[in-house]
Amino acid sequence: MNRHLLSAGDLTRDDAELILRTAAELRSLADRPIKKLPALRGRTVVNLFFEDSTRTRISFEAAAKRLSADVINFSAKGSSLSKGESLKDTALTLEAMGADAVVIRHGASGAPYRLAHSGWVHSSVVNAGDGTHEHPTQALLDAFTLWRHLGVGGGLDGRRIAIVGDVLHSRVARSNALLLRTLGAEVTLVAPPTLFPVGVDTWPVETSYDLDAVLPKADAVMMLRVQRERMNGGFFPTAREYSRRYGLDGRRMATLQDHTIVMHPGPMVRGMEITADVADSNRSVIVEQVTNGVAVRMAVLYLLLGGATPGSSAGGDE
Amino acid sequence: MCAPPAPEGSSTPTSSTPTPAAAAAPPGRVVLDAHDIARALSRISHEILERNKGADDLVLLGIPSRGVPLAHRIAERIAAVEGEAVPVGSLDITMYRDDLRMKPARALLPTEIPAGGVDGKTVVLVDDVLFSGRTIRAALDALGDIGRPRAVRLAVLVDRGHRELPIRADFVGKNLPTSLVERVRVTLAGIDDEDAVTIHGPAVPEVTE
Repeated sequence: MNRHLLSAGDLTRDDAELILRTAAELRSLADRPIKKLPALRGRTVVNLFFEDSTRTRISFEAAAKRLSADVINFSAKGSSLSKGESLKDTALTLEAMGADAVVIRHGASGAPYRLAHSGWVHSSVVNAGDGTHEHPTQALLDAFTLWRHLGVGGGLDGRRIAIVGDVLHSRVARSNALLLRTLGAEVTLVAPPTLFPVGVDTWPVETSYDLDAVLPKADAVMMLRVQRERMNGGFFPTAREYSRRYGLDGRRMATLQDHTIVMHPGPMVRGMEITADVADSNRSVIVEQVTNGVAVRMAVLYLLLGGATPGSSAGGDE
Repeated sequence: MCAPPAPEGSSTPTSSTPTPAAAAAPPGRVVLDAHDIARALSRISHEILERNKGADDLVLLGIPSRGVPLAHRIAERIAAVEGEAVPVGSLDITMYRDDLRMKPARALLPTEIPAGGVDGKTVVLVDDVLFSGRTIRAALDALGDIGRPRAVRLAVLVDRGHRELPIRADFVGKNLPTSLVERVRVTLAGIDDEDAVTIHGPAVPEVTE
């Protein structure tokens, strides 16, 4: 595996399957009386969050702590960042403190890449969401959830996954499209024409404007939140019209195959892209996605930090 | 959907020996054949029962990868003698290894603790080869995070000596005096082609970097 996790597209199939298998073993930890493993004792993980986040930050924090790493949380509010410090100076500070891994969320696409390749820090960099670009650990936890439900015995080869909603502003959609394709699934993106990004034709996916045509064939449906905070109007006439054409309600859910699951990366807006009866139905695995997120992030941190750091230790001195 | 156990140098808990290249390894000297292994396991099973005065509160935990099939075979023999099934599980020690930091991150192997847990039970750890003792040290740490057994015992198919920690086995299939340059290889039907324990001489001179 690479030293960093910046894009779901960087993962080979072997890498991705190693992470999923490791996560499968780590998931059982949640059932044990002592939910802790010593693998990252003495390592420091910095959560560097320039954007608001609840579940991703908490999930990374829980993952690092369960592996016995020391966790430093660093959010833009209440830090020197709000006084105008640059990413570079923040990075140099982290380096001076001896961070072994930096988990970064940033509003600018490419910020994690810059951090990893600038030479400012020597730690591993994990992308926890950058702008409208990528969110690889979310894609991994989605793949893990799909794998648990649909992949019994054979992986995700040939499984049909529909990703529905605000693809334009979604880093989750891009990371999922890349990763699920690597794992052999067939991804269809469904959105109104205004919410497809430019260049979506180069993605390894199919696209559709018609949700009702896609649903009956899907093995899983992933609903995306409409990111109104990134919109300045004009993408669709009204919220009501959007939900009528692209929302998942009980009527549409009835057209799904029996085994089809419904996913959502959260946070959801009930009544907009998904109705409450769907979100709370037994097809919904939305809460399980959160549980799986901790296991997947543990697997990522373990595989990036658990072994020898390349170049640092010669090894074998007993 | 569990991880297929990555083939690993199960008989070599420390860094002294590289992962055995099964195909390239020269044919070693066979020390135990399938019949010897079967007899040794039968004896170990009886010794466990004798020591425990029956099968009550016994839990067998195999250390992956090859300790797990051995634990199942011992459980079958105990069930045949006592007429009651003994809980069997597996205990992965990867994250507790003291040489974790010396190699790239390893894949995890399955840990399955039987439904009854280990609290108050007599846990018998089962492994294929006892060498430096470091694997068992790691297993004791791992076990401590899962519960508090009344007692922990150790059963191994082969004890090859060269301990680096104050650890000994309670039940031993065969004591096998070896030299440090030799390698002991346990193969078990189910994971490998056949049951055998072989000793390989100092193989092709290793290029040590």
